[in-house]
Amino acid sequence: MDALLLQFLNGLDKGGAYALIALGLTLVFGTLGVVNFAHGALFMLGAFCAVTFNKILTLEKVVLDPEQKTAWGTPLEIRTPYVEAWLGDFGAFLLNYSVPVSIIVAIPVMLLIGVVMERGLIKYFYKRPHADQILVTFGLAIVIQEIIKHYYGANPIPQAAPEIVSGSADIGAWFGLAGTIVYPWWRLVFFGFSVVVIGAVFAFLQFTTYGMVVRAGMRDSETVGLLGINIQKRFTVVFGLAAVVAGLAGVMYTPILPPDYHMGMDFLVLSFVVVVVGGMGSLPGAVLAGFMLGILQSFASMNEIKSIFPGIDQIIIYLVAVIILLTMPRGLMGREGVMEE
Amino acid sequence: MTKLLDREPVALVVFSAVILLMPLWLTPLGANYPDLLQKFAIFAIFAMGFNILFGLTGYLSFGHAAFLGVGSYAAVWSFKLFTMNVLPAIAFGILFSGVFAFLIGYVSLRRSGIYFSILTLAFAQMCYNLAYSVLTPITNGETGLQLTLQDPRIIDRMFGPAGAGLPSTNFFGLPMSGYPGFYFCAVMLIICFFISRRIFKSPLGLTLLGIKSNQNRMNYTGFNTRPYTQTAFVISGMFAGLAGSLLAVTDPLAGAERMQWTASGEVVLMTILGGAGTLIGPMLGAWLIKYFENIFSAFNDATLEQTFSFLPEPLANAAVAISGLFVGEGWHLTLGVLFMLIVIFLPGGIMEGWRRLVRWIGGGGGGKAKTESAAVAQPAE
Amino acid sequence: MSKIALTRRNLLKAGAASGVALAAPMSFVRGAYAEEFCNMPTGSTVTLGFNVPQSGPYADEGADELRAYQLAVKHLNGEGDGGMLNTFSSKALKGNGILGKKVEYVTGDTQTKSDAARASAKRMIEKDGAIMITGGSSSGVAVAVQGLCQENGIIFMAGLTHSNDTTGKDKKRFGFRHFFNAYMSGQALGPILAEQLGKDRTAYHLTADYTWGWTQEESIKNATENLGWNTANAVRTPLGAGDFSQYLTPVLNSGADVLILNHYGKDMVNSLTQAVQFGMREKQVNGKNFEIVVPLFSRLMAQGAGENIKGILGTTNWNWSLQDDASQAFVKSFGQEYGFPPSQAAQTCYVQTLLYADACERAGAFTPPQVIEALEGFEFDGMGNGPTLYRAADHQCFKDVLVVKGNENPTSQFDLLEVVKIVPRDQVTYDPAIFGGELGPADVKKC
Repeated sequence: MDALLLQFLNGLDKGGAYALIALGLTLVFGTLGVVNFAHGALFMLGAFCAVTFNKILTLEKVVLDPEQKTAWGTPLEIRTPYVEAWLGDFGAFLLNYSVPVSIIVAIPVMLLIGVVMERGLIKYFYKRPHADQILVTFGLAIVIQEIIKHYYGANPIPQAAPEIVSGSADIGAWFGLAGTIVYPWWRLVFFGFSVVVIGAVFAFLQFTTYGMVVRAGMRDSETVGLLGINIQKRFTVVFGLAAVVAGLAGVMYTPILPPDYHMGMDFLVLSFVVVVVGGMGSLPGAVLAGFMLGILQSFASMNEIKSIFPGIDQIIIYLVAVIILLTMPRGLMGREGVMEE
Repeated sequence: MTKLLDREPVALVVFSAVILLMPLWLTPLGANYPDLLQKFAIFAIFAMGFNILFGLTGYLSFGHAAFLGVGSYAAVWSFKLFTMNVLPAIAFGILFSGVFAFLIGYVSLRRSGIYFSILTLAFAQMCYNLAYSVLTPITNGETGLQLTLQDPRIIDRMFGPAGAGLPSTNFFGLPMSGYPGFYFCAVMLIICFFISRRIFKSPLGLTLLGIKSNQNRMNYTGFNTRPYTQTAFVISGMFAGLAGSLLAVTDPLAGAERMQWTASGEVVLMTILGGAGTLIGPMLGAWLIKYFENIFSAFNDATLEQTFSFLPEPLANAAVAISGLFVGEGWHLTLGVLFMLIVIFLPGGIMEGWRRLVRWIGGGGGGKAKTESAAVAQPAE
Repeated sequence: MSKIALTRRNLLKAGAASGVALAAPMSFVRGAYAEEFCNMPTGSTVTLGFNVPQSGPYADEGADELRAYQLAVKHLNGEGDGGMLNTFSSKALKGNGILGKKVEYVTGDTQTKSDAARASAKRMIEKDGAIMITGGSSSGVAVAVQGLCQENGIIFMAGLTHSNDTTGKDKKRFGFRHFFNAYMSGQALGPILAEQLGKDRTAYHLTADYTWGWTQEESIKNATENLGWNTANAVRTPLGAGDFSQYLTPVLNSGADVLILNHYGKDMVNSLTQAVQFGMREKQVNGKNFEIVVPLFSRLMAQGAGENIKGILGTTNWNWSLQDDASQAFVKSFGQEYGFPPSQAAQTCYVQTLLYADACERAGAFTPPQVIEALEGFEFDGMGNGPTLYRAADHQCFKDVLVVKGNENPTSQFDLLEVVKIVPRDQVTYDPAIFGGELGPADVKKC
């Protein structure tokens, strides 16, 4: 029983990550009609916001000590971190909380990246064939990746969660079953965070006038334009929003998955599958599909199931995608006529 | 000149000459060694076949590499079980990939647009993941399926005992490595070009184009499009299978990575880069990508220093430092930049550039073409 | 269609060739008829091919391998301080290149894919005239390139490859491996595990689902079970799974008290990080501390796993903190050149290059069969791993294996691994027959 519960938790956690990435993608892909192969790169850039923030906090003053030698005979470098030296306890506090605090940095940075990308490049591709969109965004993704690789190397860069949430929570104890259900605090934080972000995006689109206009524009941008509303500007904002959501997912995922330059590509295919299974043009569909695939993947990885169907955990996501797309022509909640041509 | 090329015999002769003389005209580009030439021919077939589906019919398959992989595995198994002669291997490769394409196509073609793409992607990824792990007895997993000394090779054994080392693939005695291998692939490419050209001009091709421009309208006229799309899918899968088996012919090894989504994505990129829907565009795209992958990745600091040694030292150092970002381990960056530049400035790929060039030459300076291209290029900064 | 840059010379060439269109290109095969064997060096230089991952997950490892190769070339050509040439027991190398020919090199990107690696190796053989290929950072690539080299009669000096298959089931006459393998890891690690963790342990394996993972799982399982351990379960995980939580949660309640991670590279970094997050290091099972073991370690991976690596046991081929003269000499010249110490991948690649050069010198020729003969059964010392034997039966090096653990108190950002024990060579030597395979012939081949 607790094994099932644990797998369910895993599924929720995974699903949160899938849903977050797919949410931004479906905003751009299912609604603006742009096949954005650079979405994974945005996720990765978010993660590297956290890395960069941490790097800045751990900048060190390097003094050469000619008395001591390294193993290869050069003077030993004595390193003292600036931030801790200047800010003392507050510096140590910042360093401890560097991942969550870097969200504050990541939001404006990702917004800026998103807006620049849309204004500088994507804007000109709304009317172009999807093939061109694929080529240009794939090219962009490679360029972004290679730049990150050039500065940070190819090795993963570990990011620690704050100490207070670095251990595991004994969830079972809350219900009087101590020791049965133990789950990492950070994963619980991540799950909560993803729910909050998803909720915020929905609230923005559903309950604000701005969001209403955006939704209208997604349905029929021409009519909205005729009403004298600058829908282009709103699309820019939507793209920026998608970049921020992807970036935040990246930031919060770093303690679970030490980021490297390639992590965006690793998630790219998966996020497309999630979006399409959810149905083109449907935000709730993408979220639902994210959680569903996450949970199914977790259950499929259980030894009891793997022993009946060897290798099922490797293909479950694709298998489910095939079954759903064959039984439901437009995925879980897709709108008619979006990207069916 | 363009008019002349429209005539089939002329087109075929010119095409054959260009392909067969590749070792010659690729010399100044440093690409005249057998392996790369073989890859040029093979991936041209792959892209050409993909183009029959995507360029003509408008169905974007994101799992075409699965057929490449199936073709390779079938060919290597033919080498292992029956004979080192390449003809059965190719036949098996085409047959198996054709069957696979029929099955996958039958299911996937029930959906269109992005739903179709994801279905094909899902099938290919399942093939890849299984080939890498649980299907290892058939695929030899990570290491790739290879020839071994213990292989039965039934037909070859009937004609003589096994030698001490591993036999090489042959075409009735002619070994299929090095330049003979290239010419074999080149002949296959020419045949494929011929078939593909025939399809383009045939009623089938026109129907497919009709499906691309408006499938609904085709359906409303009471026209059942499914058999046509299914045919295109299977033909395209068989081209991929041929390419896969040729990979095994020139180098008898089949690895699971051939089926990964990155490989499927690569052929999509090749086709778009060259110009989807054009006859030879995809081939040019394939050449460009393979050239960068093999030649640009091989530059290192030492070769760069040699290249720039004619410059004064500080200048040479700067040139090496800057160009070093784009070659060697940075070759992906060059590829990415190239993708963006081409799609921004040449919507329609390399073939669009070619058409503009022809127009420019034909128009005697072509003021009109220039302004037109400026208008298209302008929004892209 | 053929609008390419036509120079006058090419035009002339093309004109001359058009008459014999088909036959002409054959004559451009570089001097194939004059050679006694493929890529025989005829001028004043000899070309080596360094085939390393420059993109993909192992790009940093590849970059380090390339640094080592460049250093080796320098030392062979008599530049720099000579590094391990000074400590190497064989004194055949004079610092004047190989057999008096200056060493040059070409590089290529394996992308950690068999196809790309073979294409790159073929380019080196067919275009660049490389007489020896070396490098690689995974067993799949090593086996694929080794097979290619056997067919082409080119010697392959494997880089980092840990699978038993490389010198077991897939061994080749032209392929040589200096790096240790999964079996040796198990033999070395087993007794230390029993000594440090006790003999009544229950292990749970998480294994990367491909050939290397399987051979390692099998080797470690056999070694630990012989010492009295139980195996609770051995679960296969997909390569590049990213999030391993669904495989880690069953470990918690399985009754196992040791988790063995048969992962490498990114998989290992992720699974270890996540296992620690699940509180496995603070856990108590059956009254014993829960432990995590990573049988194959590298410093670059340790860097990626950060704090989580501290105190974790594993094995490694070599570590820069070793105090013998050879290791010190190598660390010194590498550190002075690049400003940081070399990784184990760098060491094995450097040593492989030197060993090849030395074998040519001792054989007095570049002819592959003679070089192979010089390498087979070669006993040497002074390369950082103690006395070492290149066994003739399977072309595997036998040398001491290091059992290491993550350093609890690193003195620098590179000081991540602490040597627990140097397991002597005799303890890890095995019978070559257990893995099967055949080396095949050592024929001279023309290109």
